[in-house]
Amino acid sequence: MPLSRDQVRHVALLARLGLEQGDEDFYAEQLSGILRHIDRLQELNTDAIPPTAQVVEVAATLREDVPRPCLTQEEALANAPAAVDGFFRVPSIQEEA
Amino acid sequence: MRAVGWEVVIGMEVHVQPTTRTKMFCGCAIAPLNAPPNSHTCPVCLGLPGVLPVINKAAVEACLKTAVALNCEIPRHTKFDRKNYMYPDLPKGYQISQYDLPMSHDGHLEVGERRVRIRRVHLEEDTGKLVHAGDRLHKAWESFVDLNRAGVPLMEIVSEPDIRSAEEARDYAVALRTLLRTVGASEADMEKGQLRAEPNISVRRTGTTELGVKTELKNINSFRNLYRAIDFEVKRQIEALESGHDVVQETRGWSDAEQRTFSQRTKEFAEDYRYFPEPDLPPLELDPAWIEELRRALPELPEARRVRLVSQYALPLHDASLIAAERELADLFEGAVRAGADAKPAANWIIGEVAPGGSVPTINQLADVVKLVTSGSITRDQGREVLAESIRSQRSAGELVAERGFAQVSDESELEAIVREVIATNAKAAADYQAGKKQALGALMADLKKKAPNANPKMANEILQKLLQ
Repeated sequence: MPLSRDQVRHVALLARLGLEQGDEDFYAEQLSGILRHIDRLQELNTDAIPPTAQVVEVAATLREDVPRPCLTQEEALANAPAAVDGFFRVPSIQEEA
Repeated sequence: MRAVGWEVVIGMEVHVQPTTRTKMFCGCAIAPLNAPPNSHTCPVCLGLPGVLPVINKAAVEACLKTAVALNCEIPRHTKFDRKNYMYPDLPKGYQISQYDLPMSHDGHLEVGERRVRIRRVHLEEDTGKLVHAGDRLHKAWESFVDLNRAGVPLMEIVSEPDIRSAEEARDYAVALRTLLRTVGASEADMEKGQLRAEPNISVRRTGTTELGVKTELKNINSFRNLYRAIDFEVKRQIEALESGHDVVQETRGWSDAEQRTFSQRTKEFAEDYRYFPEPDLPPLELDPAWIEELRRALPELPEARRVRLVSQYALPLHDASLIAAERELADLFEGAVRAGADAKPAANWIIGEVAPGGSVPTINQLADVVKLVTSGSITRDQGREVLAESIRSQRSAGELVAERGFAQVSDESELEAIVREVIATNAKAAADYQAGKKQALGALMADLKKKAPNANPKMANEILQKLLQ
């Protein structure tokens, strides 16, 4: 089933992507193609195979709880589009409330 | 509150910062509360490209100890997942958390007479801190971001909806704090944000089994406010339902200043987290031998201690429950008994004086006062004063008693001399008493107290009556 325009708008909102006029249909078609591909993979019978989240056969290693040097405040903020008094400055995130 | 005809149903989500030196997935030191903003970050917790997270062993260990102490099942395999959402306190655009294979599940915690089932305990990372500029929150025009807390380890402890009142919710949180401190998993200081309790609350008609619509409360920073926020919210929900309105499923904040909950509608951030396995972290294998080792090394847990306080010191169950609920009080009690105080009086002093007072004396301060009062050297009221003053000034009880002249005279011959003097100066009252006017004794005792304020009143009274026979 192809994605609806509403679903495309919802996904775009979650990813904070702006859509131009007509983009919904274009992306609906593209995203539906990806979903169709996944549906084909779903046809395989995988009952006997344990689910896996990783293709690399290693287990996670644990790190000892020993501090390492941090960046300085100046370094941390060096690439920020805007900074004030040691803080990153961002547009209000409360505007739609 | 107990509303007639309604049952309150509460489940708790508690976030706890385990005691570690560094963050969850990078070697940044945990920032002190007063650290300058963005002074404890690195490319990993800033979410810069090309970096990889590495799991902090101490955080895993704290989580496993907690899970074992909460009687949870711990699987062989666990993994981390990405919880995706866009928000400026989260520089990566996702939080590393655990979704379908948490570190542990299906445990329980005894809270007073109730067993609260634990659904899961898992590990995740904290977010940064936002400061909103503007006159009020909803008119803020920009926000400031401090990422010192981004990536700090958090354990999330989720209970089943087994809690039935605001009191029980508070007792649950207190019991959890005691447990976390006992096993050394966290300092669990609520005011420092190391323990954050978020109750899910709904109400239903007594006798029904279907769950009502729930609200989730946030911004609660003390046990007292946890109680108040739930109490308020329960009343609000019942009033809404009884007047024919619906309860809306939403997140509500607690306003300490206004003593009420308020809607925090964040429509835009509707729950659509698109969890998927964290590709940067391979699954974590938990060695059963490690877990066994942690289990064996656990100290005595609060529940076991409560049982032991009853059997070892013959305390009533009620006293033992109150004392074992806080590790500090239980340590104080056992220490004072070891230092020579009698068990039951020591328990009474802790429950009656120490617990409500807030400031806790040292073991010796308490033991000295309990011994002095039990032996009759000073009165109970004087004991209270000495205890409070010794906490304040850090001076010994003996020193304070001597300085204030509190030492009660309990020596029989000394008392007899005082009593004889009282009889001599109050010959008429003494004669009246001997003639059968029993209330004359009051006048004699009053004069005795004036002449010798430190006389043991019970003994003096006995001697007086004996001499007047």
